[in-house]
Amino acid sequence: MTDLAPAPTERAARSIKNPRLPQYAPLIALVVAVAASALLGLTLGWGVIPIGIVAAIFYLIGLTTWSRIIENARAATDRLVTSLVWVSLTIALIPLVSLLWKVIDEGKGALNGKFLTYSMRNVIGEPGGIYHAIMGTLLITLAAAVISVPIGLLAAVYLVEYGAHSQLARWIRFLVDVMTGIPSIVAGLFAYALFSLIVGPGTQFGIGGGVALSILMIPIVVRSSEEMLKLVPADLREASYALGVPKWKTILKVVIPTAMAGIITGVTLAIARVIGETAPLLIICGATDSVNLNLFHGQMASLPVFIYGSYTQPGSNPEILKQMAWGAALILILIVMALNILARVLGKLFSPKTGH
Amino acid sequence: MAKSIDVSDLNIYYGDFLAVEGVNMTITARSVTALIGPSGCGKSTFLRTLNRMHEVIPGARVEGKVLVDGQSLYDSAVDPVEVRRMVGMVFQRPNPFPTMSIYENVLAGLRLNNKKLSKSDADAVVEKALRGANLWNEVKDRLTKPGMGLSGGQQQRLCIARAIAVEPQILLMDEPCSALDPISTSAIEDLIHELKEQYTIVIVTHNMQQAARVSEDTAFFNLAGAGKPGRLVEMNPTKKIFSVPDEEATEAYISGRFG
Repeated sequence: MTDLAPAPTERAARSIKNPRLPQYAPLIALVVAVAASALLGLTLGWGVIPIGIVAAIFYLIGLTTWSRIIENARAATDRLVTSLVWVSLTIALIPLVSLLWKVIDEGKGALNGKFLTYSMRNVIGEPGGIYHAIMGTLLITLAAAVISVPIGLLAAVYLVEYGAHSQLARWIRFLVDVMTGIPSIVAGLFAYALFSLIVGPGTQFGIGGGVALSILMIPIVVRSSEEMLKLVPADLREASYALGVPKWKTILKVVIPTAMAGIITGVTLAIARVIGETAPLLIICGATDSVNLNLFHGQMASLPVFIYGSYTQPGSNPEILKQMAWGAALILILIVMALNILARVLGKLFSPKTGH
Repeated sequence: MAKSIDVSDLNIYYGDFLAVEGVNMTITARSVTALIGPSGCGKSTFLRTLNRMHEVIPGARVEGKVLVDGQSLYDSAVDPVEVRRMVGMVFQRPNPFPTMSIYENVLAGLRLNNKKLSKSDADAVVEKALRGANLWNEVKDRLTKPGMGLSGGQQQRLCIARAIAVEPQILLMDEPCSALDPISTSAIEDLIHELKEQYTIVIVTHNMQQAARVSEDTAFFNLAGAGKPGRLVEMNPTKKIFSVPDEEATEAYISGRFG
């Protein structure tokens, strides 16, 4: 065997050590930037927002320059981009946090037992309750989910398992995408027109709201379920076919259970998306001060419509109704949050087990 | 209950593309037949026509005949689902059902086919299949744990247990050891030796030593060039193929002088 290794060449010994900023450098930079900006701002009489913007700019420039001097160019770029990501995240969080803060702050005063268990029937000049609106919202959204989940899931099963690349599937995908963009008020008008034809002119009832919301919900359920079903490995389908299991049973017992966690998340997101819809419900469900638990007869209140009504027609005592509107908004947010938590729990329960 | 397979003038197409051409082959019952050949020569494609699994791929079709104990698999009256209950398959990568426990995985073939089983019958089937797959001792205390929690080699043996639980007559194996370490491979090869007492086994492998170790007969597939269909070059008893093959191409491939 001949020696194929090249003769060893002398190479300059290269240190892998470089000077590094201390671990808490970003924190120091932040404190200094905020302090400098606040000092400048207070002297010149700025508000909070300009001070924040200048502090962010100081932070970006300061940390990058510091790193450039002590460390090297690559580290400085790394610090700059990392800081940009953090600044963007903060900017994105500001509206969310301030919205939550505002709703909690304004709404918490309205919350009490009466608020949650009474309706607004015959309430004049004193705080009432939003029980009628909570029940309306829950019932209408439930109706929408009952209509859209089976249709959406079956459509997704068709798209992934049967249609695949066919012309029909391509058309369905295109139309579903178009449906995603339907303005919610159009969905409301559609439901109103539909039931005017079927039941009679001017019909307003809860199930109409369910139909209107399901028009908004179906495309979301279809697309999210489709993505989840696509993620199920083809291996599992083949394993099932190879055991002599028919296709429909493979889909029902292997494919859908494997994708269940994702499907549930998708459905919850779709519910969260439609539960706050105001315009369609205003048209097709109307508004009422009384509790109505019958989806198929009479006008039905809902939280978004209640909030809208309390602001636009506050009547003789605007302060009280205004606070009730904030309280209703808080309850609506809490319902959405509870749904999200429920979806996470269900997702955990249904997700494939790894055995640990 | 094992059955022999007769293949005559089989052409396999993907759409307009002829993937495998003119295969004639007889596979004896209760023996192991190995299919070897370079990648892309159509071994797996051919294997999948033996239980009509290739139909899962859109556009795939065959011409010619596949007879299992005299019954044509491609007769228009034949239900592919029934064929697959008779001809089981183990895949290259272990694919236990992730939503099911070890116990449920073994029973999947029966349960999903609507067999009503009493608890004691089900227990018996699970134990028999897992013992058959040499996995019983390793998992008997954790049957309710998810199948995905096992090691790769154990998962593959679980898939074999799942395949033999439905008591097929023929077992197809598509490179069952290619994702496994030598110890798991050896466990599966021992298993193949035991299984051939009862089943007709057809195995695709890239490992020449494996073909020599486990099979009675070996079929060598090759293709004339890129874009040309694969074809069966030679099929002979394994001893003959690995010592004095009829064809020069076979010898070139086996001795590593190929291509």
